[in-house]
Amino acid sequence: MFGYILQRLLSTIPVVILVAIFVFVLLRLAPGDPAAVIAGDNANAEQIALIRTKLGLDQPIYTQFFLWIGHLIQGDFGESFFFKKSVGELIASRIEPTIALSLATITLAVIIAVPLGVLAAYKHGTAIDKFVMGFSVLGFSVPIFVVGYLLIYVFAIKLNLLPVQGYQRIGDGVGGFLLRLVLPTVTLSVAYVALIARMTRTSVLDVMGEDYVRTARAKGQVERIVLFKHALKNAAVPIVTVIGLGIAGLIGGVVVTESVYSIPGVGRLTVDAVLARDYPTIQAIILMFSLVYVFINLAVDLVYRIFDPRIRY
Amino acid sequence: MHRLLKSLAVVCTIATAPSLAQAQTTLRAVMQSDLKILDPIWTGATITQHHGYLIYDTLFALDANGDVQPQMVEKYDESADKLTYVFTLRDGLLWHDGAAVTAEDCIASIKRWSARDPLGQKLAGFIETMTADSDRTFTIKLRSQTGHLLSGLAKPAANVPFMMPKRIAETDPTKQITEYVGSGPFVFKSDEWKPGNKTVYVKFDKYKPRAEPPSGLAGGKIPYLDRVEWLAVTDKMSALNALLQGEIDYVEGVPHDYIQLLQDSPGIVLFLRKKLSNQIVLRPNHLHKPFDNPKARQALWYALNQKDFLDAVVGNPNYYAVCKSYFICGTALASPVGMEDLLTSDAAKARALLKESGYDGAPIVLMQATDTLMVNAPPVAKALLEKAGFNVDMQAMDWQTQVARRQRKVPPDAGGWSLSLSSFDSAEIMDPMVTAMMNASCDKGLAGWPCDSGIEKLRDDFARATTLPEKQKIVEAIQIREREIVTHVPLGQWYSAGAYRKNVDGLVDGLALGFWNIKKKN
Repeated sequence: MFGYILQRLLSTIPVVILVAIFVFVLLRLAPGDPAAVIAGDNANAEQIALIRTKLGLDQPIYTQFFLWIGHLIQGDFGESFFFKKSVGELIASRIEPTIALSLATITLAVIIAVPLGVLAAYKHGTAIDKFVMGFSVLGFSVPIFVVGYLLIYVFAIKLNLLPVQGYQRIGDGVGGFLLRLVLPTVTLSVAYVALIARMTRTSVLDVMGEDYVRTARAKGQVERIVLFKHALKNAAVPIVTVIGLGIAGLIGGVVVTESVYSIPGVGRLTVDAVLARDYPTIQAIILMFSLVYVFINLAVDLVYRIFDPRIRY
Repeated sequence: MHRLLKSLAVVCTIATAPSLAQAQTTLRAVMQSDLKILDPIWTGATITQHHGYLIYDTLFALDANGDVQPQMVEKYDESADKLTYVFTLRDGLLWHDGAAVTAEDCIASIKRWSARDPLGQKLAGFIETMTADSDRTFTIKLRSQTGHLLSGLAKPAANVPFMMPKRIAETDPTKQITEYVGSGPFVFKSDEWKPGNKTVYVKFDKYKPRAEPPSGLAGGKIPYLDRVEWLAVTDKMSALNALLQGEIDYVEGVPHDYIQLLQDSPGIVLFLRKKLSNQIVLRPNHLHKPFDNPKARQALWYALNQKDFLDAVVGNPNYYAVCKSYFICGTALASPVGMEDLLTSDAAKARALLKESGYDGAPIVLMQATDTLMVNAPPVAKALLEKAGFNVDMQAMDWQTQVARRQRKVPPDAGGWSLSLSSFDSAEIMDPMVTAMMNASCDKGLAGWPCDSGIEKLRDDFARATTLPEKQKIVEAIQIREREIVTHVPLGQWYSAGAYRKNVDGLVDGLALGFWNIKKKN
């Protein structure tokens, strides 16, 4: 097991290097010029060229790349073109809201979706099943920003129960932190509840006809134990996969949700950085997200064994 | 006993703390964009100018009528030959770090500004010497007369000649400053600045306002608010929802689509920022066919009309004005001279001019920025230009791509461009010197690179002009010349709308929102 983890961790190195090269080259090939953006509308070519020189953008791409890699090896992500702050510092200041939102979302989604999926499988073909599946289709189909605005309209504007926007750091009070997290979490959870519930229903349905389920029932086990201990445990591997992919895929949803609720997280930083062509910030964020993706995949692989001891590494 | 007293003191402190906190007035505002760059001399970004007006002050400023008024300056003397100006600063002006504002600080600030700003560079050509006569007095000697020394020092927009302490103003003009000490009505809280989230300013208790009432960017700038917070809310709908709920107090730049929503909401005041009107501008690229030929550029005058663009971009006629003038209608330099018969969508006349130009029907590349207010303007241009016989290839892209592509001098079919549409606010197009689009000095000008010694000579004449009638006459001559040269086409003006809650009062309509004079009832 330890050898497997070490091997997987070492295998992330070439992945990260490839991602770094790919992102760097892609950004330089993409249209847009940070110097022109910084200079503003009234700047002439001379002023823009001066800024390009100051930012080092007049250097050949390979020189820029090796300079960046050199700093990266020393743990230095560079300085944001726009904020004149170190990118590491910038990301660190924006990470808490994103982590809080992602964790809350996936926790809420799992708590709601897994029992819902199990229930739908158990009540297969009934109105309950159709309702859960109908909700799943709706959850997939409605864009996140529509859900967001709808929830704001009902719970913030009409009922005046929750704030419209903003984020409060946990250090500034747990009450305010939770209050401001409710609507964004629910907004972002809708799609994940739909996804996980659907996968849970399918997986549980697949194992419901297996011999061990019939045996458990024949032994007189109560239905709750049959469903959650025998059926769900054996159906867990694909569900865990979906949850893992869901966590990795949260990035996209977080970007929209953070914008709608004005949460100063990494998602919004990504959008701002892309729009401003802030190369050092974009490069660092993509590298960070690829590392997160690799580690989540590793964690998912390790969790498989908890549910299926036959899996060996 | 001692312990008891100590405990009582703690209890009292805790008990009084909330009431002190409540006494503080904080205005929460959502500005047009997030503040990213803090040096207003280094960048011309509008949001950085707003930031500048909170923390810095200027020697002179424009009042509500657009007239130049002394601001940090107490008095100034002009020699009879208009070549020597002696400025005396107001007594008691302080920097936020407590040091007194001196003449040397102002000289260093003017030098840094004039190294960066195009108008400043032009003025620097007139200035022979700048010398500090005492702590509060300095003299500027000119080589030759110009009527723009004071108006230059009162320049309201990119880049504003804000005054900074000498040690900061001596920063290399090509590098950003790293210390933000001004003498303006508010102090920037760098420890609370969280890019992408919040920017905070607090009242400068030792600010010494002028005695006159506020007017535009001039007059008494009394900071009544204890604290101003700019919240970075990128989504306009979220910002307006937060305004409706009272989570924020002010929104700058309300999209015209949302005006109806706010008009129907009690508790909200919607206002037009008429001083801050904007002009839609079409820019042809003079380097390549067909617009390297003046006849093809002149065809634009006849193919287009302003109302179609204003209807598409703004929609509601209460928020726009047809204005056949290079300078904003309602200002001293606005004039219809030379433009009366233009912009009428006379397709036949446009076709005739196009034929004279020898246009061969090759596609012209019209750039469309899909993420700005101007998104609806290019389709209008395409339709009108096609009626006039142009073959238009409209290419969609985001604004930042357009900004970068605009700098490319290669032909349109090799990744360059033919036409670009954008919008400028009135402070950026006040007169022929400030209007960068009018710079016709070929490579030294803005992208589009018009080249005409006639316009440049008239702009130089304008720089030397000392009276308003003289300036108006030169502007008319420029407009007549522009009819031939067409550096850019003005496509009408529109007004920026802002909204605030009814418990906020005292906003001053000017070319920038400085947050002075504003009161908020808790």
